[in-house]
Amino acid sequence: MLTVAYALLFYAAAAVLTGGLGFRIWEYARTPAPLKIPTTPAPTTRSGVAFRLFREVVLFESLFKANKWIWLFGWVFHAALLLVLLRHLRYFTHPIWEWVALIQPFGVYAGFAMVAGLLGLWARRFLVPRIRYISAPSDHLMLALLIGIGGSGLLMKYVARTDIVALKSFFLGIMTFNWQPIPADPVLLIHLGLVAALMIIFPFSKLLHAPGLFFSPTRNQVDNPRERRHLANWARELEAGRS
Amino acid sequence: MAQVKEPDRSEGELPDPLEIPDLVPGCMAASKPYVAAPEFQKPLGFPGELVENWQEKAIEKMAELRGKYRSFRVFLDACVKCGACTDKCHYFLGTGDPKNMPVARQDLLRQVYRRHFTLAGKYLPWLVGARDLTEEVLDDWYSYFHQCSQCRRCSVYCPYGIDTAEISMAGREIMDSIGKGQKYSNEIIGKVLSIGNNLGLPKKALKATLEGLEEEVLEETGVPVKFPLDEKGADILLVAPSADYFAEPHVAGLIGYAKVFHQAGVTWTISSYGTEAANFGMFIGSYENMREIALRIRKAALDLGVKRLVFGECGHAWRAAYSFLNTLAGPFDFLDQRYPIPQHICEFTYDLMQAGKLKFDKSKNEHIRLTFHDSCNIARGSRLGNMPGGQFEIPRAILKATCNHFHDMPADTIKEGTLCCGGGGGLLTDELIEIRKKGAQPRMRALQQVAEEHGVTHMAAMCAICKAQFSKVLPMYGFDMEAIVSVHQMVSNAIVLDRVEGASQESEGGEE
Ligand code: HEM
Ligand code: SF4
Ligand code: SF4
Ligand code: SF4
Repeated sequence: MLTVAYALLFYAAAAVLTGGLGFRIWEYARTPAPLKIPTTPAPTTRSGVAFRLFREVVLFESLFKANKWIWLFGWVFHAALLLVLLRHLRYFTHPIWEWVALIQPFGVYAGFAMVAGLLGLWARRFLVPRIRYISAPSDHLMLALLIGIGGSGLLMKYVARTDIVALKSFFLGIMTFNWQPIPADPVLLIHLGLVAALMIIFPFSKLLHAPGLFFSPTRNQVDNPRERRHLANWARELEAGRS
Repeated sequence: MAQVKEPDRSEGELPDPLEIPDLVPGCMAASKPYVAAPEFQKPLGFPGELVENWQEKAIEKMAELRGKYRSFRVFLDACVKCGACTDKCHYFLGTGDPKNMPVARQDLLRQVYRRHFTLAGKYLPWLVGARDLTEEVLDDWYSYFHQCSQCRRCSVYCPYGIDTAEISMAGREIMDSIGKGQKYSNEIIGKVLSIGNNLGLPKKALKATLEGLEEEVLEETGVPVKFPLDEKGADILLVAPSADYFAEPHVAGLIGYAKVFHQAGVTWTISSYGTEAANFGMFIGSYENMREIALRIRKAALDLGVKRLVFGECGHAWRAAYSFLNTLAGPFDFLDQRYPIPQHICEFTYDLMQAGKLKFDKSKNEHIRLTFHDSCNIARGSRLGNMPGGQFEIPRAILKATCNHFHDMPADTIKEGTLCCGGGGGLLTDELIEIRKKGAQPRMRALQQVAEEHGVTHMAAMCAICKAQFSKVLPMYGFDMEAIVSVHQMVSNAIVLDRVEGASQESEGGEE
C-alpha cells in the first residue's frame, strides 16, 4: 500500500517537474526579447556571454557584488545542494558510477553546509527589516521545506538510520517498473514526501529562477546592437509599408 | 510627511553616499506626477482618460506584454526575494520608503501578475502575496512607477539581472493603455511627433539660435565655426538633445561639438525635422512611440543625404540610439559603413584625439577641479567605443586631456555602480521635485566627498537630463548651480582652433 502510494507519488512528481519545467522553458524560449537590453558593460561575443552566464551560475558574480552575506549563505547552500544531489545518484545507479562514489565523503559535510546556508538565509528574513518587508509566506515556506528535506536527511544519516539497500531497490524498481517494497521508516517517508512536494512546486514557484537566469535578456544578450540588427517577429510586422 | 531620520554622526564626518536608511513605509506615497489630459493622450494612441473597465483592460494588456516581452515574463517569475537589490536604488537610499526598494517596486506589478497568471496566485493568493488590481494598487503603481528613473542600477546587482526599469516601463505602458498617462512624458512625445523636438522649437527659432551661436563663437575666438541647419549633402547629421540648443550649461556642449567638427574639417548639419536625440517613448515603455520618434531620425538622414549619424551628449538618448535605433529604424545601409552607426560625439572626439588631430590648451581649464558623473543610461544601458567599458574610459580620457585636475568619486558610486542624478526616466518635472531632491542625495554625498578630499569644484556629465537636474538640485545641497558642466564644454574651453580655413575639407569619409 505504502509502496504503491510512494511509487505513484514519484511518478506524478517526476512528470510534473519535467513536464512543467519543459513547458516553462518552451514558453521562455518562444517569447521574444524585442530590444537589446544587456546590462552593460556586456560581452560583445557569444562566447563572452557564455562565460558571463557561467560566472553567474557557478560563482553568483552579481550577487557577490551586491551583498557578501547573502552571497555567502546562498552560495554555500547551492554548492552544497549540488553536491548532495550528486551524492544521491548512488540510489539511482547500479553499479554506482565511479565519480559518484568518490564524492560520497564530501556529500556528508555538504548536508550540514546546506542546512547552515539555509538557516542563514532564513535568519535574514527575520532580522533584516528590508528583507522581512519583501518576504511573503511562500518565501518562508520554501526555506522551511528545504530545511525539512535537509534536516530529515541528516536525521537518517546520524540518528534514525534506514535500510539503504531496500531503499535503493525501491528506486531502481520504480525506474524499471518492477516495484519493490519501500522501507516504512517515518523519517524516510517524511523526507521523500517533502522531496516530491519540492519537485511538484518547482515549475510553479520562484524556483523558476534556475531556468530564468539563462533566459534573462540583461544577462544573455550580446552587446552588438550597432553591428547586427535585432528584430522581433511582432516588430517586423510593424515594418510593412515603411520607407 | 514622515522624514528620514538623520543618524547621529560626529561633527565634520561626511555621510556615506550609500548609507542605508531606516524604513519609513508610505512616506513617498503622495509623490505623483500630473495625469495627462486627453489632448496629450490621444495623439499617442492612448485613451483620453481612465476607461470604464480599466481593471479588465489592464489585465489584457499584461497578457499582451507577457507574450511580447521575455523580460517581463522572466523577471516576474524569477525573483527569489533574496533582497540583494533592496539597498541599491537611490530613491530608496534618499527616502527610506520601502516601496522604492527595486524588488518591492516590482512586487507592485508582480502581485497582480501572480493573481492572474500563476496557479498559486489564483488559488492561494495570501500565500504568495498576490492581490487584485484595486484602485489602491493602481494608485501605488502611479506613484512608484514614477519614482523610478529607469537607471538600471538594481539590475547590475540582481543575480538574475532583473531590471526594474523594464517593469516600470511595463507599468507605465499598462497605465497609458487604460488612460492614466503621465502628462510630462506624453506631452513631450506629442511635441516631438508634431514639431520635431521635445521643446517644441520651430525651425525659425532654431535657425535664429544657431546663427546667434555662430556670432558668439566668432566674437570669442575669431574663428568662423559654423552651426549649419538643414544643409543637404553634409557628411554628418548631428542629433542632439534639444536642451543643447538653448539651455545652460547644455549649449556650451553644443559649441564644443561644433568646434570639434570644425577642427576635424568635416561638414555637418542639424535637421529641423529630426532635431531631437532624446526618445521619451522609452520612458513610457511604448515600442510604437519610440519607433515613431526613431523613424524621424532615419527620415532626416535620408532627406539630407548625409553619410554619418552622430549623437550629442544625452544618457537616455544614447541608450535609445546605441541600443535601439538599428532595431527601430534600421537598417542604415545608406550610411557610410566605415563608421559606427550611430556614433557618439565622444567617440568622434576621442578618435580624433587618438589620431593626433586635436590639440588642447589645458590651462584654459586651470580654474576647474573636475569629477565625472557617469550617466546611468550610458554606463549600464549602452557603450562607447569598441570595448566593453569604453563608456567609462572614453569620457574620462577626454576630460583628462582637457583638464589638469581630475578626481573620481568613490569607486562604488561610479562606472557600472553609478548613482542616478535623481531626475531621469521622465521625472524631470516640477511637481516631482521632492523625490528628485531626495533621489539625488547619494550622488550629492559622493560629490561632497571629492569636494572635501580633493577640492573638486565641477562635475562633468554627458546627459541633458542629468545636467538639467543637477542645475536644479546642486544648490539644494550647498553647491554652485554652475558646478555642472558638459564633457564638450570642457572640450570647448580647451580646444585649439588652428585649422587653416579651406586647407582640408578632408572629410574622412569623403569618397563616394
Ligand atoms: C542553475 C541553477 C541555480 C542557480 C544559478 C541558482 C542561483 C540562486 C541565487 C543566486 C539565489 C539568490 C541567493 C540566495 O538567496 O541563495 C538563489 C536563491 C534560491 N535558490 Fe537557487 N539557483 C539554482 C538552482 C536552484 C535549485 C535547483 C533550487 C532548489 C531546489 C534552488 C533553490 C533556491 C532557493 C529556495 C532560493 C531562495 C533562498 C532564500 O529564500 O533566501 N536553486 N538561487
Ligand atoms: S536582487 Fe533580484 S532576485 Fe533578489 S530580490 Fe532583488 S530582484 Fe529579486
Ligand atoms: S531602475 Fe534605478 S530607479 Fe528604478 S528601481 Fe532600479 S535602481 Fe531604482
Ligand atoms: S538622467 Fe542621467 S543620471 Fe539620471 S537616469 Fe538618466 S542618465 Fe541616469
